[in-house]
Parts: sequence; structure tokens; C-alpha cells
Amino acid sequence: MQFFGGSEISPSPPPPTVSGNNAHMLYVFNRNGVCLLYREWNRPLKTLNPQQDHKLMFGLLFSLKSLTAKMDPTSAEKGNLGVPQLPGQGCSFHSFRTNTYKLSFMESPSGIKIILVTHPRTGDLRESLKYIYNLYVEYVVKNPLYSPGALINDFEAVDFNSVSYLILPSISMSEALDNFSRIKWIQISNTAFGLVVPFNYDVLSSVMEEWLRSSSIHSQNLLHQL
Amino acid sequence: MAAIYSLYIINKSGGLIFCKDYGSAGKMDTNDSLRLASLWHSMHAISQQLSPVNGCAGIELLQADTFDLHCFQSLTGTKFFVVCEPGTLHMESLLKYIYELYTDYVLKNPFYEMEMPIRCELFDINLSQAVQKDRVALLGR
Repeated sequence: MQFFGGSEISPSPPPPTVSGNNAHMLYVFNRNGVCLLYREWNRPLKTLNPQQDHKLMFGLLFSLKSLTAKMDPTSAEKGNLGVPQLPGQGCSFHSFRTNTYKLSFMESPSGIKIILVTHPRTGDLRESLKYIYNLYVEYVVKNPLYSPGALINDFEAVDFNSVSYLILPSISMSEALDNFSRIKWIQISNTAFGLVVPFNYDVLSSVMEEWLRSSSIHSQNLLHQL
Repeated sequence: MAAIYSLYIINKSGGLIFCKDYGSAGKMDTNDSLRLASLWHSMHAISQQLSPVNGCAGIELLQADTFDLHCFQSLTGTKFFVVCEPGTLHMESLLKYIYELYTDYVLKNPFYEMEMPIRCELFDINLSQAVQKDRVALLGR
């Protein structure tokens, strides 16, 4: 069972393990096998259409999990092969490596699966996956306009941040923090102006009103203090 | 403490032809071993499909929470895989050595039928020696 600390996002991403462009693909699945987010940065070989590819990936992870749960040599009681298991139940896996790529895998207690495909010589990426999970929690789950289960391909904030973290591991800490605050701002403004999710005017206008009211109250307070 | 938990050999069509347990907890019955072997065969094939670049030859190392699985595929498609403790070193060379034993004592055995379960005394003897040697080397380190 993986352990997750508080929901506070860690101030800085974990140090990159290898310099240079090493990320190939990123997948985020929910517990029903819907691919919420897919990003690719360097994928010259495409054998399948995206939908089939996502299905195959989810199937591979599902089957590998049942394989590791059944094969676990340290526990005597392993149940039957192929019986679906709850997240965190039974022995899971965190990565596999082939001669051309390495796949790192993390599953949250709610069944969110994060998959990162990188260069085969990349080191342990469990911290990075936790970081990406934290980004998901902070910027997708906590977004009032996000309905659970919806695709998050449009959430620029998540994407941008993971790109700058994965693709440009050489950026300095100050730059990363700078990016971080800027993204937060972009995301807030996007949310407020409805650029992020499909329009739902009722919700949007109420959220905007509230946001404007709170910010004006805030500025009035500030003025009052001055 | 066992460094190696078990060894499996599967033929090119995914059938289990050899399976040996070196002390994993809980007995696995023959049917389960057969199913696991063919499941591994398919996962190996699917991992090649999902490769982002050309020339993928399938999973070499699977790191689970409680064990590592090292897999070696010969040119003819026979797969050898060992289940061992996390972080056990030199498993690639052990697998290559087991492949050597397989070519010497199984393929050169005139009574062995290709793709059928391995029942060769010499192979068993040499294999247990190789695994024993590996364990001794581990203790020495």
C-alpha cells in the first residue's frame, strides 16, 4: 500500500533522475479505465489509434496487477487469479522495463492510475509520480468546475507544469517556482473566465460573482487597513 | 532467506514447460502456474505493442512491491523468468547460464520432444547446482 502525506503540494518537484528529454508518454486513468489525461512528447512509433492504445494500456496494467498479486511469493493466501482487486489490496508493482522504455506506475487509494513512460535507464520515479498525483489533486480535483470522471485533457495547468518538470529537468529551482506561481495564476484566471472547461453558464456566473465579490471585499479590506 | 523464489520456462506459444519453486510462501497448484505462465506470455507481447520507439523486445524486469521478476527471451522465443527478492543482482547472467544449461542438457537430449515439458535429470542436477552456487555467492558478498 502506498502512503500519501498531506494534501499540501510539495514546494518543489523531486530532483530529476536523468538530464535531457526522457519522457515519452503520460497517462492518467480513473478506476473505471477511462483515460482522463494522455500526453505524449516523443513517440515516433504508433501502432494503434489512441482509443485502442489506451484500452491496451489499461488492460496491460490490470493483468499485470493480477499477475503480481497471484505470484507474490511472500504471502500464503493469494486468492484466485483474475479476481478483481481493490486498489491497495494484494501485491502490486511500481515499474517494468523493456529494452526500449521503462513504465512507472502508481495507483492512488481512489483508483487513479498514473503511468509514466520514459527512457529505459531512468531511475526510480515513484516520487515524481506522487508529485504528479499532487498536481492532479491540487489543480483538477480541487477545481470547482471539474466534475469527477470528466476528461482533463483541457486542463492546461496540469499539462504545463508536468511538461516543464519532465521535459526541462534542467530548469533551476527559482524558475520552477516562478513557473509554478504563474501556472497557478493562469489556472485561476482560466477558471474564472471559463476557458478551461465546457461552458456551464449558471455555474460559471455564480462562481465568477462569488470570486469577484470575495476579491472586492478583500481589496476593500485592504483599503480600509491602509 | 531465499534470494530466488521460483524459476519458470515457457515455450514459444506460452505453454509452461518447466517450473521450479525454491521456497515461496503458499503452494501454487499446477493450473495456476500454467495460467500465470501464459498470462506472462501475453503481457510480454502487449508490452511490445505499446513501445514508443521501434525494436522493443518485451519486458525484461518487472519490479513489484515484494519481488522482482527478471525475464530472458531466447531467439527462438523460449522465455526464462525468475522471481527473486527485490534488488537481487546478477539475475541476467544467471538466466543466460540457465539458457546454456537448457541448450546443453535439454535440447541435446535425444529423447526430448520440442515444446514439451522438460523432464531431464541432467538438467535438474545442473540447475540446482547453478542456483545453489548463486546462493553461495550471495552469502559470500
